[in-house]
Amino acid sequence: MSRRLSTVDPSKKWSGPTRKYDLVKEFVIAFLVIAVAALTLAGLFSSPDEKAITLQSWSKAAPADFVQTAAGELAGTTTSASYGPPYNNAADGQKILGISPAKVVGVHIPINPAQSFVIEPLKISADVPTRAAIDAWNSAPEKVRTGWATAYADALAKDGKATSLADTKNEYGPVPTLVTSLLAMAKSGGLDGALTTSDTNMPTNFTKPLLFLADGGTYFSDLASAQHLGGDQWGVMNETGSWPGQSWLWLYSFWYQIDPFKSSEDADVLVMTLMGVLSLLLVFLPLIPGLRKIPYLIPVHRLIWKKWYRRSSKS
Amino acid sequence: MAAESSWTAKVRSATVEKFEPEDLLPDHQPAYVSSWIYVFGVLTIASLAMIILSGFVLTFEGPAWWHSSNVGHYVNSVHLWSVELFFIFMVVHLWGKFWMAAWRGKRLATWITGCLAFFASIITGFTGYIIQTNFDSQWIATQAKDGFNAMGIGAFFNTLNTGQAILLHVSLLPLVLGIIVVWHIILVRRKGVVPPMEEVDSATRSVETMEVKK
Ligand code: HEM
Repeated sequence: MSRRLSTVDPSKKWSGPTRKYDLVKEFVIAFLVIAVAALTLAGLFSSPDEKAITLQSWSKAAPADFVQTAAGELAGTTTSASYGPPYNNAADGQKILGISPAKVVGVHIPINPAQSFVIEPLKISADVPTRAAIDAWNSAPEKVRTGWATAYADALAKDGKATSLADTKNEYGPVPTLVTSLLAMAKSGGLDGALTTSDTNMPTNFTKPLLFLADGGTYFSDLASAQHLGGDQWGVMNETGSWPGQSWLWLYSFWYQIDPFKSSEDADVLVMTLMGVLSLLLVFLPLIPGLRKIPYLIPVHRLIWKKWYRRSSKS
Repeated sequence: MAAESSWTAKVRSATVEKFEPEDLLPDHQPAYVSSWIYVFGVLTIASLAMIILSGFVLTFEGPAWWHSSNVGHYVNSVHLWSVELFFIFMVVHLWGKFWMAAWRGKRLATWITGCLAFFASIITGFTGYIIQTNFDSQWIATQAKDGFNAMGIGAFFNTLNTGQAILLHVSLLPLVLGIIVVWHIILVRRKGVVPPMEEVDSATRSVETMEVKK
């Protein structure tokens, strides 16, 4: 069978046959359909709302995890204490082709976890031993502090369940007092307030309490894993419960599930860059040889314009 | 003085004069505009309208309203499901336009503004997820910060700064998305709906002969 239709220039205004088409009516009907669909879906399936975690609820539910994290902040071993930019200079940030974009931009949200999460909030305390412990901490040289905090953090981690340990060998300095006071402050709810109001007394920024919470060893991440929100469980594209989340992030989440990204220290910068490149490919797809020919090779358009092709082949 | 030398006249001839009223709101379409796929663009706009309406209600009551009010929770659900519908329709629309090679005939800008609408929607949706002010938003914010931080973007867009995310989600991003969508639709109306890809001799089907003839 051989047939050839008259050549149509797609950039010229159409001068062929037309049909009646009521755009406004189409929109109004579409809107009514969507309104009914959204109102119905909302009524049937609702939406998830798992209560937010506070430092108070964390310290009450998992005090051992809390004190280990607090000791880790003093020792400089937690995620945020060893993060690097934009928070501090503890590391260089992730690298791609030898360049660290985070380092190039620099520290914009200065956070020194030992000071910001532990010492500063404790300064509110009027408790005499706590004040003495703060003075002892602040006047000790860096190396001595790190020695105390590391020894205490290690001992707490080794015990696993303890919320405080006696300093039998005299090696923890003021750290047990600091950590125990912080635990009491957290349990009272005072630490949530102290960390959100440290920069302004009408807070809208939760960077400090959230960083501290995320530094936690098990509590926060176990709750997330139970809701299949872990990074190795397709992380951010999921929602709590069985609600659909941001499924449109599937490709982004996908890369974290496979090598080389899965096991890379620089996974975030690699995946973000890859997604940037893929996005550019989508934007400029009509100009890319090969890709722009796919719709010609796989003729889905035959289906889309079935009526038109049938009609044209008759005429 | 010639009218063309006036800035106002130049803007007029570059904008309003490019349109016939019949081009902007035509009551007839080329005969080939007859397929279910054409509905998805309109469904996407309709879902966006529903998102904006439910978002208005949430805005007037404030970000914490829906945790304690049943009505609030319902409106939040309407907002969420409108978003899910919006993305489903937009993705079908995107694939449809891909298989129709709808960028033919100088419609590259239409395709690109569509892509920009897609990306702007993703970022807007993301900021919506991190202002839920519940466990999910805390988790998403603490996880996603690493991606932005690694790119150096985290210094300016801090997912843990809930106040910033609220402002982005309810003011800046909808404005940006709105402008992109209006621009996209104006381009569609300006160019008219792209005609079907041409059929050629099926025995000697060659991609080259089906390419746009300039
Ligand atoms: C907020 C998102 C979007 C909205 C509200 C929207 C809306 C529309 C509408 C109403 C039309 C005309 C009717 C139709 O063919 O469906 C259209 C056409 C078009 N859209 Fe979109 N769109 C969106 C996103 C996209 C995306 C993501 C792409 C592709 C990357 C895209 C590419 C196109 C193209 C190329 C046309 C012209 C088609 C033609 O001439 O037949 N749009 N859009």
